Amino acid sequence: MSAPILSVKNLVVEFPTRRGILTAVDEISFDIAAGEVLGVVGESGAGKSLTGAAIIGLLEPPGRVAGGEIVFDGRRIDNLSEEQLRSVRGSRIAMIFQDPLTSLNPLYRIGEQLIETILTHIDMSPSDARKRAISLLDEVGIPAPETRIDAYPHQFSGGMRQRVVIALALAGEPDLVIADEPTTALDVSVQAQIIQLLKRLCHERGMAIMLITHDMGVIAETADRVAVLYAGRIAEVGTTRELVHNPQHPYTSGLMSSIPSMDGDSDRLVQIPGSMPRLTAIPDGCAFHPRCSRSLERCHLERPDEFTVNQSRVACWLYDKDAPHD
Amino acid sequence: MLAFMIRRLLQSILVMFVVALIAFLLFRFVGDPVNQMVGIETSVEEREALRERLGLNDPVLTQFVRFIAGAAQFEFGISYQFKRPVAQMISERFPATLELSIMSAIFALLVGIPMGVYTGLKRDAWLSKIFLTVSLVGISLPTFLIGILLIFLFAVQLQVLPSFGRGEVVKLGFWSTGLLTTSGLKALILPSITLGLFQMTLIMRLVRSEMLEVMRTDFIKFARARGLSRRAINFGHALKNTMIPVLTITGLQLGTVIAFAIITETVFSWPGMGLLFLQAVQNVDIPIMAAYLMLIGFLFVLINLIVDLLYVMVDPRIRVDSKQAL
Repeated sequence: MSAPILSVKNLVVEFPTRRGILTAVDEISFDIAAGEVLGVVGESGAGKSLTGAAIIGLLEPPGRVAGGEIVFDGRRIDNLSEEQLRSVRGSRIAMIFQDPLTSLNPLYRIGEQLIETILTHIDMSPSDARKRAISLLDEVGIPAPETRIDAYPHQFSGGMRQRVVIALALAGEPDLVIADEPTTALDVSVQAQIIQLLKRLCHERGMAIMLITHDMGVIAETADRVAVLYAGRIAEVGTTRELVHNPQHPYTSGLMSSIPSMDGDSDRLVQIPGSMPRLTAIPDGCAFHPRCSRSLERCHLERPDEFTVNQSRVACWLYDKDAPHD
Repeated sequence: MLAFMIRRLLQSILVMFVVALIAFLLFRFVGDPVNQMVGIETSVEEREALRERLGLNDPVLTQFVRFIAGAAQFEFGISYQFKRPVAQMISERFPATLELSIMSAIFALLVGIPMGVYTGLKRDAWLSKIFLTVSLVGISLPTFLIGILLIFLFAVQLQVLPSFGRGEVVKLGFWSTGLLTTSGLKALILPSITLGLFQMTLIMRLVRSEMLEVMRTDFIKFARARGLSRRAINFGHALKNTMIPVLTITGLQLGTVIAFAIITETVFSWPGMGLLFLQAVQNVDIPIMAAYLMLIGFLFVLINLIVDLLYVMVDPRIRVDSKQAL
C-alpha cells in the first residue's frame, strides 16, 4: 500500500449536552491511500457521517473533535482555523451528501454554482471557467452539457442532480472525496449508475474516496477496503474481499449473513438480535457484547484491543492469543 | 408569462370591482348626507332638490353604474363638506402620503434586512441580543407613542428636526414633492421612522428566522464543503433564499403602511390622505371616504401584482409552475 493520503488517528468526536458529554466517535483510526476507495459501513448512529464531517471540519456545533489527529497529505488538518480549512475544502477534500435534491441552491443555475466553485479554487477567467464547467458536466455524464449548464436544479431528475453534485465536488480537483450516503436517496437503478460513475472517476483521476454507507451491496461493489463501525468504534478494518468472504468480528459476520443471498441456499435471513446502543447507554467493555453470541467474560469488562487477523484489523477479544481460554 | 400577467390582471379587476361595491354600499348605509350639508332651517323642498341634484333619488343600480364609471375615470364626485372635486383633493394629498410611506418602507428594509442577517448569523453576539430587545420595544410600543417620544427628543430637546408638516415642497406637475428640499427631507425623517419602526422590526425578525432556517439547509452545508467564501455563502446563497417571504411581507406591509399612515399623519400634522380621511369620517363626507377606500384597494392590488412579478424574478421554480398551471 502506498503512503496514505488521509490518516485518522484515535479520532474522538464529542457532543456536550445537558446530561453530560456524549462520545459519538470514540478513538477511531484508519488510513486511506491515494486512489483508494474506503468503504465506511455501520448502522445509523454508528458515527460514520460524523467522522466524515470531522475530517472536512464541518461538524455542527456543539459537536467537536475532542481528541486524536487527522493528517491529510502529511499535514495535520484537525487544528486548522476556519480560513485555513476553507483552502482545504473543495480543493483538496470534497464532500457530497445524501440528498441531491437539497444539495443544490434552487435559485441559481447549475452553471453559476459550478463557475463560482471553480473560480473560488482555480485562478482562471470566467469564460475558461465556463468551459471547464461544461467539461465537468460532460465528465459526470450529463447529456448536452452546453445547454444543460444554464438549467436550474429543479429541471434535473434526482440521479442527474447527484451527477451535478459530483461535478461540483470535482470542481476544485480534490484528492479525496468524502461521499456520505451518495446513493441512499436514489432509485436502485440510478444508484448503480452513480456508483459506476464514482468508481470511474476514482480510477481516471487517481482520487481517493471515503464512501460512507449502510448498504453492504454498495460497499462490496465499490470499495477496496472497508471499515466497519459500531457505536462510534471501529469493529473491523480489512480488504473488501477478506471482509465479505472471511469476516472476523462477530458483528461483521452478523452483517454479512444479514445480506440476502441470491443463491437461495439459506432458508431465512439471519439477523443480529437487539439493536445498537444509544450514545447515552454504551455498555462497558466491548460495545457489542450484549448482542454477541460469542462474548467472553472479559468482553463485559474490558474494551477490546485491536488484533491483526489475516490482513484485517479486528477489535475483539476472541483473537487475543495470549488470553487464557476458559 | 404573458398569460400569467393577463390572469393576474383579471383577478385584480375582480378585486377592484368588489372594493367598489363595498365603497358604494357605504353611500347607502352611513346615513343621509343631506343632513350634514344643510342647516336646520332648510325646507323639505330644498332638501329634496339637493337630493335630486346629487342623484340620490335614482334607482340603486343606476347610482352604482354611475359610481363605477366615475371611479374608472378617477372621478368621485364633489366633497359634501368642501364642495370641491374629490379627485382633486386626493391628488393634492396623495403625494405626501405616498412619499412618507415609501420612505418608511425603505427605512424598514435598509435597516431591517442587515439587522436580520446579522442577528441570524451571529445568534449569540451581544449586539444581536440588543437588536432583539430593541425590536421587541418596536413591536410592542404603539405608533403614536413612538412619534411623540421622537418629537420630544429630536424636536423639543435637541431641536434638530421639525415636529410637524412637510417643510418646503416643490411642484413637479401635479405632484408636490418634499424630496428635493433640505427642509422637506428633514421633515420626512421623524414621520418615516415612526411609521416604519414596526415594519423594520417585523422584517428584521423575519429575515433572522429565515436566515437561521436557510443556514441549516443541505445546500449551505454543501456550499461550505466546496470551500466557498463566507461572504459568498451568507449573502449570495443564504440571503437570496430568504427573499421570497421578505418580499411577501414587505408588499403586504407597504399597503398597510399607506392605509394606516393616518396615525402618524395625525401625530406629525402631515398633510396627507390620512388627515383628509379622518376629517371626512367626522363629517360623513362619503365621496371622500369612498374614494379613499377605492384608492387604498387599488394600491393593495397594485403592490401585490408587483410582488408577484418580483417572485418570478427571484425564484426560477415559480416561472415553471406558472407555465404548468396554464
